[in-house]
Amino acid sequence: MRVNSRRVRAIFRKELREYRHNGFIIWTMAIFPLIFLIQPLVVVFVLPASAAAQLSHEHLLLYMLGIPAIVPAAVAAYAVVGERQQGTLEPVLTTPIRRQEFLLGKALAALVPSVAVAYVVYAFFLACVELFTQPAVASALLGGPDLLAQLLFTPLLAGWSIWVGMAISARASDFRVAQQLSILASLPTAVVASLIAFNVIHPTFSLALGLAAALLLGDGLGWRIMSATFDRERLITSTR
Amino acid sequence: MSDRDGGPTPAGDSGAPALSVEHLSKRFGDRVAFDDVSFEVGDGEVFGFLGPNGAGKTTMVRTLGTLLAPSAGAAFVGGIPLTPDNGVEIRRRIAVMPESPGLYLRLTVAENLECFADLYEVPDPTDRIGRALRAVNLADRAHDACGALSKGLRQRVALARALLSDPEVLFLDEPTAGLDPVATRDVHQLIAALSRSGVTIFLTTHRLEEAERLCDRVAILNTTLRTIGRPAQLREQLFAKTLTVRTLVALPDPGGVFAGLPAVDGWRQDGPATYVLAVSEQAVAAPGVTRALVAAGADVLSIGESHHSLEDVYLELIDQDQEAGQG
Repeated sequence: MRVNSRRVRAIFRKELREYRHNGFIIWTMAIFPLIFLIQPLVVVFVLPASAAAQLSHEHLLLYMLGIPAIVPAAVAAYAVVGERQQGTLEPVLTTPIRRQEFLLGKALAALVPSVAVAYVVYAFFLACVELFTQPAVASALLGGPDLLAQLLFTPLLAGWSIWVGMAISARASDFRVAQQLSILASLPTAVVASLIAFNVIHPTFSLALGLAAALLLGDGLGWRIMSATFDRERLITSTR
Repeated sequence: MSDRDGGPTPAGDSGAPALSVEHLSKRFGDRVAFDDVSFEVGDGEVFGFLGPNGAGKTTMVRTLGTLLAPSAGAAFVGGIPLTPDNGVEIRRRIAVMPESPGLYLRLTVAENLECFADLYEVPDPTDRIGRALRAVNLADRAHDACGALSKGLRQRVALARALLSDPEVLFLDEPTAGLDPVATRDVHQLIAALSRSGVTIFLTTHRLEEAERLCDRVAILNTTLRTIGRPAQLREQLFAKTLTVRTLVALPDPGGVFAGLPAVDGWRQDGPATYVLAVSEQAVAAPGVTRALVAAGADVLSIGESHHSLEDVYLELIDQDQEAGQG
């Protein structure tokens, strides 16, 4: 199956334009990162230098992987059910677009801003740590492997959350239900990231590699499974 | 379109009809949307698809538009067999304007059209969008948000969107539903202009006067296909030819006046001084009736062909269905 990049781009660009015109989507994207940002900032700002030894054994910043786990799910939840509720799905599906192209365009439109938001928030957090915390605390927090893990796992987690969110969106008949279910469904990955961050699950290179491979596989399969189960007839008529 | 049999006009180059439907059925579980429907639509024809709510009109549009898979039967759309593998190829050749315009209301008119121009892979989209907007007289509203437009203007944007790809077959599903008379007239003018430019149009509507005005042929669907043909042809099929005579005062001996006149098969009184004559040929009967009335000294107010509208045909068929259902 050949994917037509112009049609994917059409959906992607249309989605970005809708984000630009719809403040609600921007707020949805912004509110979770703020929650993830404020609490850790408050904590690390008051940490004394003596806490650095303990911090060097933990991976607290991986906690921020919750952003790419949750934010895109909330956005992806709108992808299909939102179009259905607006009455815009039928005109789009009567164009030559293939379902794989439609879904890929939607997924990219959720992925790109979500990853960008996650990276920006992370960079802002790193800058704050570097500038305003005790030097010993900063050097304990800013580990190279953690930074690499953040860069690598952010798009992988976001991709997974997007496919889960879109799968729910394609089944739900109401956007609010889809959004709540999508956020709930994305929580397990956020919990795993938190457990690693707080050293409940001890992070190793092989664990990281295994998780990355599993997420990569999940992202690829997510697109294929979504495409195979994307049922135009049910979406248009809601009869099955 | 053949004048003789009311059939579709063969397509220009290939000779194939623009649409060909053979014993097509669609069921949703136990519910039958439409059953065993067959018809052809010629290239460049405006084909009206009429029927009451729930008759299966929209389901037919969605089926031919490849959104729904038929339960049985076969169809060719733009000469291509309607199969799951041909969905993309069929959708390249058609455009569908659903009953609800389905526009992205937060985007501008131009942004909406740009999206669809890319989905149809339209070459030189800027030029094509400009042409489509000029065709629907909306060139000056290109940068308005669709949400700020009236319902009639949104319908025009939806029509512009359908024109972007220069479709071979244009499906219009209730294009004037909910529009005021002025907006309706505008849409009618657009459809007439499209028809003149040779686009095949498949029009579903509740508005019978709309179908009568715009369509070369109409089909009446009530789950099954009840009839198909030119509006005039359907009237002739369903209703006897009549002349209606109105006089100032009642005729003292109408039987004596109307009996034995050429092409007059019978008569009945339809009011104090109104007579309906069953005739075999109106043009033959009318002069003889006029002469007989004058000879009888009648003060004739009018002699006219009784006119049955498409609405009469439609209601007659639907009434027949209801009576059959009750029986």
